[in-house]
Order: sequence, then structure tokens, then C-alpha cells
Amino acid sequence: MKDKKKSLKVKKAVEGYLFASPWIIGFFIFTAGPMIASLLLSFCKYDVLTTLEWVGVGNYKQMFNTDLFWKALYNTLYWVILGVPLRQAMALLLALLTNQKIKGKPLFRTIFYVPSVVSGVALAMLWVWLFEPSIGLINTMLRTLGIKNPPLWLGSEEWAKPALIIMSLWGVGQGMVIYLAGLQDIPIQLYEAAEIDGAGVWHKFWKITIPLLTPSIFFNLIMGIIGSFQVFTQAYVMTRGGPAYSTYFYVLYIYDEGFQYMHMGYASALAWILFLIILFFTLLQLRSSRRWVVYERL
Amino acid sequence: MKDFNFRVKSKKLNNILIQTILYLTICFLCILFAFPLFWMISTAFKPNEQIFAEPPIWIPKPLTFENFKNAWSTLPFSLFLKNTVIITITATIGIILSSSLVGFAFAYLEWPGRDVWFVIMLSTMMLPAQVTMIPVFIIFTKLGWVNTFKPLIVPAYFGGGAFYIFLLRQFFLTIPRELFDSASIDGCSTLDIFIRIAIPLVKPALSAVAIFSFMGHWNDFMGPLIYLRSTEKYTLSLGINMFRGYEGITMWGELMAVSLVAAIPCLVIFFIAQKYFIQGITLTGLKG
Repeated sequence: MKDKKKSLKVKKAVEGYLFASPWIIGFFIFTAGPMIASLLLSFCKYDVLTTLEWVGVGNYKQMFNTDLFWKALYNTLYWVILGVPLRQAMALLLALLTNQKIKGKPLFRTIFYVPSVVSGVALAMLWVWLFEPSIGLINTMLRTLGIKNPPLWLGSEEWAKPALIIMSLWGVGQGMVIYLAGLQDIPIQLYEAAEIDGAGVWHKFWKITIPLLTPSIFFNLIMGIIGSFQVFTQAYVMTRGGPAYSTYFYVLYIYDEGFQYMHMGYASALAWILFLIILFFTLLQLRSSRRWVVYERL
Repeated sequence: MKDFNFRVKSKKLNNILIQTILYLTICFLCILFAFPLFWMISTAFKPNEQIFAEPPIWIPKPLTFENFKNAWSTLPFSLFLKNTVIITITATIGIILSSSLVGFAFAYLEWPGRDVWFVIMLSTMMLPAQVTMIPVFIIFTKLGWVNTFKPLIVPAYFGGGAFYIFLLRQFFLTIPRELFDSASIDGCSTLDIFIRIAIPLVKPALSAVAIFSFMGHWNDFMGPLIYLRSTEKYTLSLGINMFRGYEGITMWGELMAVSLVAAIPCLVIFFIAQKYFIQGITLTGLKG
């Protein structure tokens, strides 16, 4: 009897690992192994063709002494710190608006969501066209509204980053859907009770809606920040990091060093610093979440 | 009484005012959100001289397919389209197969170390792809896989990524356990249970995974950029990017035409499978 139980346990373990094996094998080949390799590489000089050369912390030293590193880091932080909150606000606004008692809700939700279906290069090209300074639609409209010298957008050092952020506000559909689900989970009785107590719209929003939405806000923030640090395609396709490196984001720098110049060691060091920065921001949010995320159901 | 009537009236008036503002805001935002796509479609079908017209011409007259013809005669977009379809479909099949197996293992099977592996799997979501990108590139280079589709497809068959596994696990967990237990008592093997009972019950989730994977691979840019070298291997994304730098002046009509071709499959899938989409997003987003 005991033997039978034991053999069942072994069978279960074998089955479990068999089912999970695609991912576990993949984890070693594509995640754990490469992570260790890139950590080691970050202390080496390597260009795929010649042999490996140990340089110690040389890559890191060089990085911190390179202006372009700081420029790329600044651009990326700008993009994250300005872009993520603005996108969250937009997503929340759309969710709140389409959660009201209005007619045509499904239609409005679809209209707000559809843009986020278009992504990658097609999206980038569309916005290159919209932002075109002389005949693009945005500046044509601005001139019609009486603005004589509208910005050059992607052609100007000052406006290129804001232009990319404006474009990103257009694709907040996923965030909106998550907020909508969060809003629909809030029990109506809470609002009714608050109304009996004489609470106004503003009060209800800050005392009920926002606190009960904090789990969704938390999730969107974490994913948004991780994703935003890795911004690449838009900048690569639309501006190639320009003008004057104003949209040269961190991952563009990694790409150029690693795949254009074949500085595999240096690029690995860059990647590890990015990882540490992302880790820092994620842990910061996890840590602080205890203070501001409301998990209890009232 | 009079006073009361007045208050009700003013409240009603207030409500109408709020409703009006609400509708106006929503309509304004709808225009802002719908316009770029409309403009893309409009430009794609516009004769060249109308593209440069000021004030802008909203609806092209006559509709023309010239832009598509020009683009196709400049670069082999049918080939790019074919390459993209091959990569997207084979990778998506891999993701569905492997992520459903692994998701099932995490949801129902009892194996030592499962919970530890689960935490490890979730934490890989935090790992930026750039950290592993370079060693993975070196592996594929040594294997001689650069300039083939393999680096873009093969990884999909190894679990397919934490996001999909997590999504499917969440769905598997919604199936009542007794269903599996009774099948097991009736002598069904675990594989039988997986194929005959579990899979049919999570079809909506599999659709969600298929959709996300399709869109991810269809729109992928960095992967093809790193691994595909010769033009005949290019995907649509790389082709469009190449096309933009091809001519001295940018041909906006043609550029919007090819961008539209790249966007259409995703739009069509969205409209067909809207339900699965929303389900997929909300399930991973909230019940985690």
C-alpha cells in the first residue's frame, strides 16, 4: 500500500515535469543560461569573430564615462517618467467615461480600443505621416487653428520626445480595459451608501473609485514601467534616435553597440544596468504597494 | 412643496447638463482616436496630387489602387507578406502547444518544486529581453541560424513565454477539479484528461493566446531586424521600414498603403474576436 502510494507520487512528479518540460528546458536555454552568459560577457571584450578577452569592470567604467550612455538614460527616464503617468491618466479617463450610464457604450469602447491593435512599424509610419511638419495633418490643423509656426515635431530636438509620447497616448486600449474591469468590480452599494450620506461626485471618486481601483493602477504601473524602459521600435523607425540624439533611448544604444558595432561585451554590460534599473523601479513599487494598494474588499 | 419642486427641477437640469458635457467629451475623444486610422486609410487610397492638397481632402475622389501597385512594383511585398505569415503561424502554433501543456502543469498537476518554478516563471516577466538577447544571438550565430526564420520560431516551442503560460493557468484553474478527478478514477491518463477535457474547456483562452501571439509576431520588429539579413527573408515590418528609406522623397500614399496592409489582419482579428481579447486582458490583469 505504501509502495503504491509512493509510486503514484513518483508518477505524478514525472508527469508534472514532463508537461512543464518545454518551459523548463526553454528557461535554461533561453533565460537562465543566457543571463549568466551575459553577466560574464559584460566583463569581457567580444565581437563573435575573435576570442574572448577579460577586461574586468572595464565596460562599466567606459559606460559611465560615455556621454551617450547618460544621454540615452536621460531620454529613457524622460519617456518613462512623463509617458507612463500620462498614459495611465488617459486610460483611466477613457475607462471612467465609458463606464457611465450612456448610450452606445460598446461602440465608444471599441473606438478607443482599436488604435492599440495597430502597432509596430505600421503605427510608426502612420505617425511619421501625421507629424510631417509641412503637409502632415497635425500641423495643417494647427495652422488652420491660427498657430503660425507649429512645432517641427520629429524634426526638432525639443519636440521629438513629446511627439512620441503624444503618439503613445493613442494606444492605451489595454490599460483602459483593465481599468474598466476594475471599475465594474466595485460594488454599487458603496456608491449608494455614500450618496445617502450626501457625498458628491468628487468625493465618491477620491474615496471610493480610486482606492478600490488601486490594484488595477498598481498592475498597469508595473507593466507600463517595465515595458516603457524597453522602448525601441517607434524610435528606431521614426527618428533613428535623432534629431541630435534627442530620441536615442537606452535600447537603441544597446542595439547599436551589440548589433551594429558587435561590441557584445559592452552591450551586455548596458543590458545588465538596464535590468538593474528596471528591477529597482519594480521593487520600489512592490515595496510601496503595501502603503497605497487597497486589497481588502469592503 | 414649491421649493421641493424647484429642487427636483434644478437637479434634472443639472443632470441634463452633465450628460451633455459627458457626450461632448466622449465624442470629441472619439474623433481624436478614430482620426489617425481614418487618415491612414484615406491616404492609402488617394491619388498623389490630392495627398498634398490644402485644405486636406478627407475622402479620396476617385479611389485609387495606384499606391498599392507602386509599392508592390518597388519592393516584393507579396514575398514579405508570405514570410510574415509563415513566421507568425508557425510561432503561434508553438506557443499554443507549449504554453497549454505548461499552463496545465502549473494549474493541475502536483509535482515537487512546482510553486518555486511558478515564482521563477512569473519573475521572468520582469526580465528585459535585452539581457538575454546577446547570448541568444551568439547561440543562434554559432548554430548558423542567422538569416533564417528559426531564431524567430523555435523559442516559441519552449513554453512560449510567461505571459501566455500564466494566462492559460488562470483559465485552467477555473475548471472544477472534480471533473479531472472523476476522469482519473475512470482510468483516463493525464494526457487523455488534458486533451479530451481540459483543452476543449479552455478554448476561449487558447483563442486569446493565439490572438496575442499572432499580433506579437506579426508586428515584431526587433527580432527580424536582428536575425534577417537578406531582403528575400524580410518580414512586412522590415520591408516597410526599408521602403521608407528607399526613395529620395517619401511616397506617403504608398507608405500608408503598405502600412494599411500590415495593420489590416490585426484589425480584422480584433473585430472577429473582440470578446476573447477583452477576456484575456482582464484575466491576466486582475486575478493574478
